[in-house]
Amino acid sequence: MTAIVNVFLKEGVLDPQGKAAHHALDSLGFEGVKDVRIGKQIVIELDTDDRSKAEAEVKEMCETLLANTVIEDYTIEIH
Amino acid sequence: MQKSLKVAVLRFPGTNCEFDTQYAFEKLGHETVLVWHENKSLPEDIDLVVVPGGFSYGDYLRSGAIARFSPVMEAVKAYAGQGGNVLGICNGFQILTEAGLLPGALKRNNNLHFISKHQTLKVVNNDNAFLNRCEKDEVLNIPIAHADGNYYIDDEGLAELEANGQVLLRYCDTEGNPVVVNGSVTSIAGVCNAKKNVFGLMPHPERALEAILGSEDGVKMLKGFEA
Repeated sequence: MTAIVNVFLKEGVLDPQGKAAHHALDSLGFEGVKDVRIGKQIVIELDTDDRSKAEAEVKEMCETLLANTVIEDYTIEIH
Repeated sequence: MQKSLKVAVLRFPGTNCEFDTQYAFEKLGHETVLVWHENKSLPEDIDLVVVPGGFSYGDYLRSGAIARFSPVMEAVKAYAGQGGNVLGICNGFQILTEAGLLPGALKRNNNLHFISKHQTLKVVNNDNAFLNRCEKDEVLNIPIAHADGNYYIDDEGLAELEANGQVLLRYCDTEGNPVVVNGSVTSIAGVCNAKKNVFGLMPHPERALEAILGSEDGVKMLKGFEA
């Protein structure tokens, strides 16, 4: 199975990269951009077919290493 | 007579301030020992652990995120748990926050630049083993050099830091008024834990030991541990 983890700064924590990209898009004339947030995507290949096991394992990976939950939130998709 | 300290200086792949840190403590008359990150224990009879600056593990994932799982960090946690003094400078500060030994986290600077310059800092609290030789509200001149020094802590955490006197330093102008350098919450440049034996700061006191090189204010900071 493949797990796709998306890590973003929490709501309310200023995202300086997102803000800079937003500003650049405005400068380039793209209209109607309300907000830009930049995060990272981590793709993990897992040696299991057990979806709930995979979910539990990846959640633990996020809590332990992949996200710093002081400033970041994460989402997990399992395929 | 001044007590000579035995200082353990940690070294991870990508650390690059370990020799400056050794030089600094040796210049002050102390003994230092480099400790490789794979060591499961710290040397006997040490008085201080310093986690120096650099780019441990290339800052991959997040600054300090990988280094904190090094075997030596378990020993550092145990040492801190027994009340031993630990100082994290720059990347060392990032590692200590990632390890949960210090509150908060360090984000990318708000202007996205790597900032390298001399910076004035205000001493916020000096009732601790680190800044006891500095005056409260004293303005120090210490170099900074970082891309991820934007200190974040939520409002509740900040209130706790303030109430316990855990804010050590703030970026300021030469008059001591807070200034925005990297976007840190309330311009925080350094904090300690509630027990006041684990210290972290983004500025580099080990680079401010000689007036001819711009500042010697780092001396009184590092000498604090002699008390």
